[in-house]
Amino acid sequence: MPEPISPLAVRAYTATSALGRGLGDHLRAVESARSGLRPNDFGDAPLACWIGRVPGVEDSPLPAHLASWECRNNRLAWLGLNQDAFVDRVREAIHRYGADRVALVLGTSTASIGATEEAYRRLEDGRFPADLARPGVHMPHSLTAFVAEALDLHGPALTVSTACSSSAKVFACAERMIRLGVADAAVVGGVDTLCGSVLFGFNSLELVSPEPCRPFDRTRRGLSLGEAAGFALLERVEAAPAVPRLLGYGESSDAHHMSTPHPEGLGADMALRDALQRAGLDADQVDYINLHGTASLKNDEVEATLIGRVFPARTRASSTKGYTGHTLGAAGIVEAAFALLAIEHGLVPGNLGGDQPDPVCGPQFAWHNERRDVHIALSNSFGFGGNNACLAFGEAAA
Amino acid sequence: MSGLRIHVEGIGLWSPQLADFPALHTWLAGTPAAVPGAKPPAATLPATERRRAPESVLLAVEVAGQAVAMSGRDAGGLACVFGSAFGDQTITDYMCETLARAPTELSPTRFHNSVHNAPAGYWTIATGCHAPSSAVCAYRDTLGAGLLESAMQVLADSQPVLFVCADVAGTGPLGDVTHSTQAFGCALVLSPDVSPRTVATLALQVSRDAATASPPPILPPAWLEANATAAAALPLLSLLAGHGRHCHIAAAGTLGLHIERENLA
Repeated sequence: MPEPISPLAVRAYTATSALGRGLGDHLRAVESARSGLRPNDFGDAPLACWIGRVPGVEDSPLPAHLASWECRNNRLAWLGLNQDAFVDRVREAIHRYGADRVALVLGTSTASIGATEEAYRRLEDGRFPADLARPGVHMPHSLTAFVAEALDLHGPALTVSTACSSSAKVFACAERMIRLGVADAAVVGGVDTLCGSVLFGFNSLELVSPEPCRPFDRTRRGLSLGEAAGFALLERVEAAPAVPRLLGYGESSDAHHMSTPHPEGLGADMALRDALQRAGLDADQVDYINLHGTASLKNDEVEATLIGRVFPARTRASSTKGYTGHTLGAAGIVEAAFALLAIEHGLVPGNLGGDQPDPVCGPQFAWHNERRDVHIALSNSFGFGGNNACLAFGEAAA
Repeated sequence: MSGLRIHVEGIGLWSPQLADFPALHTWLAGTPAAVPGAKPPAATLPATERRRAPESVLLAVEVAGQAVAMSGRDAGGLACVFGSAFGDQTITDYMCETLARAPTELSPTRFHNSVHNAPAGYWTIATGCHAPSSAVCAYRDTLGAGLLESAMQVLADSQPVLFVCADVAGTGPLGDVTHSTQAFGCALVLSPDVSPRTVATLALQVSRDAATASPPPILPPAWLEANATAAAALPLLSLLAGHGRHCHIAAAGTLGLHIERENLA
């Protein structure tokens, strides 16, 4: 079993999704139970489904000095970085520690593959058109390379691409780097944007719902895809004692199937217990769990059973995918932001869309918003390939 | 910062020129090595999976299997980090081509095999591994960044870790852009402690110098130009084969990894 870790300060964090730009928009959406999902209008021949699209990405080109990185995913990354004074917090960290002592670890599942798809739609004599012949945007590291340049970071830089657990696992990488002295601070996060690959890919697996997704509803019909960007800045607690904390993380593999979860939630259970162990917590100390809860039939069933098995009735649990859709590689960071908002504002988000609770869901489920103290919050993220991650956050010590 | 000391217990290698690490040894000693078959054998996969798995998975599983076999470790208990600069370029080419022509015809199997962590997924399923698995990339710096991440996992949790780095050749219009001209994969089993299985001890030092040192001139240009993974890996593998004392590989934009091979105690 893992040893408990020293907590890290979450000096700053931000999220941009279909709910809007920055934490204020996310908090207000939850307070008024307003979903960001809308009928699919993405692409030339949209599938009949609902999506969580970030408004205005098309009208937000990158600044001229970053134009070589132009693509939807990097645009959304830039939009996301420029909320909640996040860039200022990073500049301060660079000032404190030096640009080569601030690590950058970002998660994404498809990075800027939307640009590669466009290049294939517009081939000229079998080759990429000149404006898209930019190798940097046709590789999975595009997002991280772009953000490193945009923020002028020169420390360790890594992209984690483990499907839907990507931007949860980045917290674990950053903690290890800071603990072992390779960095003094770390920018973590993730970005994924809507593109043909994921819309038609999940459609081919028959996992896309024709209506807005309804996590944990007994008549749920699958997931709604979304896009989002989110970031957090991690430092040692001594440097920022009065902010929320990363208390622990857990990672595991299902070793079961490429695209369906282990039927008993074995890997999810291991990641959860690993996170609690590193955080030095017992399950009954957990106030809120932001669930993976994609609204796919099997995943929700397995996760709900796990929650019922491990946690007492007083622990609250909900999925926020009814708000944002499933933002894939960005889901981990966006849902970490929801968990942190729950801690900072004493607000447990209701499980939007779950109007007829699946009988497998226990008393832990919060079907409507609840005002209560949240000292400890977890966030679950599970991805294709049976890749699981669980994060544990806590309030600043009193 | 002091160096990060890790111990290598297993080494895997596959390229169209050399089938494994002993073959590299032989070749570096000046003796011709047997040419491998057209596809990485990937014997760790069950036969049905082996028939269906894409080349990127076969390559990663082959080198991972070699490294773990050399280490004598149980693959089922090993945390693993799978690096690939470009992921499965063959599938990306297929998906982008299909999306441009007939998007609703996209193959569900090809789609779920397209995730960057497909090799990690197939590997953990085949070996019954419930330990953490990851899939990482850093473009031309993938080998260095992945090795650093693996070393972090070894030292932070005091556990052995399997590190794999593999890239297949590019195909289609995407291949023109990635300049990945042939398959190359390597793998290391890394441990926090010296054991009877230790074959080399490495001290890693993060440095501000990203410039990659010239690889030994004995390596054939075809490999070095194969892809970014091969170009970074061959100096490291030569070092592990007993040639030289240190090498320097890029780990991020302006960050390097200085690697020193220490004498076994």
